[in-house]
Amino acid sequence: MIAPHGGKLIERVDFSDRAREEAMELPRLNVTLDEARDLGNIGHGVFSPLEGYMSREDFENVLADGRLSNDLPWTIPIVKDVSREDVDMLLKEDEVALFYENKPIAILKVEEIYPYDKKEYAEKMFRTTSIEHPGVANLMGKKEHLVGGKITLVNDPPTKFSRYKLWPKETRVLFKERGWKTVVGFQTRNAPHIGHEYVQKTALTFVDGLFINPLIGKKKRGDFKDEVIIAAYEALFEHYYPKNSATISILETEMRYAGPREAIFHAIMRKNFGCTHFIVGRDHAGVGNFYGPYEAQEIFYEYPDLGITPLFFRSFFYCKKCGTVVNEKICPHGPEEHVNFSGTKIREMLLKGEKPPELMMRPEVAEAILQFDNPFVE
Amino acid sequence: MAEEKEKKYTTVSIPTPLFKKIEERIKGTGFTSVSSYVTYVLREIIAEDEEPEEAFSKEDEERVKARLRALGYLD
Repeated sequence: MIAPHGGKLIERVDFSDRAREEAMELPRLNVTLDEARDLGNIGHGVFSPLEGYMSREDFENVLADGRLSNDLPWTIPIVKDVSREDVDMLLKEDEVALFYENKPIAILKVEEIYPYDKKEYAEKMFRTTSIEHPGVANLMGKKEHLVGGKITLVNDPPTKFSRYKLWPKETRVLFKERGWKTVVGFQTRNAPHIGHEYVQKTALTFVDGLFINPLIGKKKRGDFKDEVIIAAYEALFEHYYPKNSATISILETEMRYAGPREAIFHAIMRKNFGCTHFIVGRDHAGVGNFYGPYEAQEIFYEYPDLGITPLFFRSFFYCKKCGTVVNEKICPHGPEEHVNFSGTKIREMLLKGEKPPELMMRPEVAEAILQFDNPFVE
Repeated sequence: MAEEKEKKYTTVSIPTPLFKKIEERIKGTGFTSVSSYVTYVLREIIAEDEEPEEAFSKEDEERVKARLRALGYLD
C-alpha cells in the first residue's frame, strides 16, 4: 500500500465523553460548514501530514514555494481566519473549542496568531487579484488574522451523505480487501458524461481499481447539486461499471478554483486515500479563463517527490469518421467530424427536461438527473 | 508576510566537471540553473525512501471492515 503523504496517516480524533465535555467548557470560536468539514479532513488524515491549521512559517512557505517548511509538497493553505475580537480572546487562551451550529467539532491548541496580506495571498495562490475569480472573492471576505495550531476532532462534521463517506483509513482497508495494489483516483464535481467515462475506463485499463471521489462542498451557481452527482454515478455504476474494479465515495471540502495548485492538492488527498495514480484532465480545478488548459498538468513536473503518479488526459470526443470516442492524440480527423461532450450543451438540455443524446450521456444517467426538479445550484 | 523571509538555502559542493556536465544537460530544458536541477533530482531520490505506512491494529481493521460491510462496500 502506498505510504500516506509525509509517511504517516494522521489521526487526531478523540470521541470520548471526556473530550467532548472539555470542549463544551472551553471558549468558543465558530466555524462554517466548509471549515467543519476540513476539521474532519485534518482529524481523519485526508490532509496528512497536517495536524491542524498552518503555522505562519508553513503558510508563507506554501504560498512562496508550494511546499511546507519541511520541503514536503503542499500547495493550498489550510488556515482559520479570525477577527480582531477573536484575537483578543485567543491571546488569553491555550485552547478553544471550534463549534459548528452549537456543537463542538474540534479543540484547537492555540499556537500562533498572525496577520496576512490578502492581496499577496491571492496573487500567489490564484495568480490573480480579480474578484471575478470565485476563490479571490471568497478570500477577500475573510477576516484579517489567521490562527495556527493542532486540532483534535471531538465530533465528526455533519454530512448528508454518510452512506458514501469514507475516510482514508477506510478506503485503505477497502482497497486492500479488494486486492487492489494500484488504484487510480478520479476527482469530479460533475455528473458523468461519456467523455468522463472514457477517461476513467482508459485509466482503469492500466491499474487494479478505480476510485471515483466526487468533491462535495460549496459550489458556484450552475454546478450540479451534490445529490445529483451521486445519483448520476449510482446509475452509471449500476449499468456500466464492473462491480469489483470500481468504487465511489465522497470527499467533502470546498473547491478553491486554484487551478494548477489545486490539482496538486487534489492528488495529495487521493494519495492519502491510498491511490497510486491520479487523473488530471483539461483545466483541472480551473474557472473561467484564469488558467491555461493544461497548466494543471504541467505543474506536476515541478514535484518529482509527490509520491503519486499523475495520468494526464486530453478531452475525449466522438468522431463520426472513427465511429467511436477518441481524443486528439489518437484521432487524425478534423473538427468537422467531431462531436464534443459540451458540458454547457448537456446542462441546457437537462434544464429543459430533455435527455442529451446517447452519444453524450448514458440514458440511465440522464434519467437519474432528470428525477430532480432542478439539478443545478441556483 | 509583507517582508519576504530569507530563503533557507545552503551550499553543497560538487566536482566542477560534474557541474559543467549538468550545465550542458539543462540547456534548452525548463531548468534555470544547476541548483534547480540538482534540487529536483535529490527530491526525487529522497521521495523514494518515504517510510512505509504504519500498519493498522487488528481491532482497527476489523472495525473498519464491519463498517464497510454495513455500507455495502464489502460482501
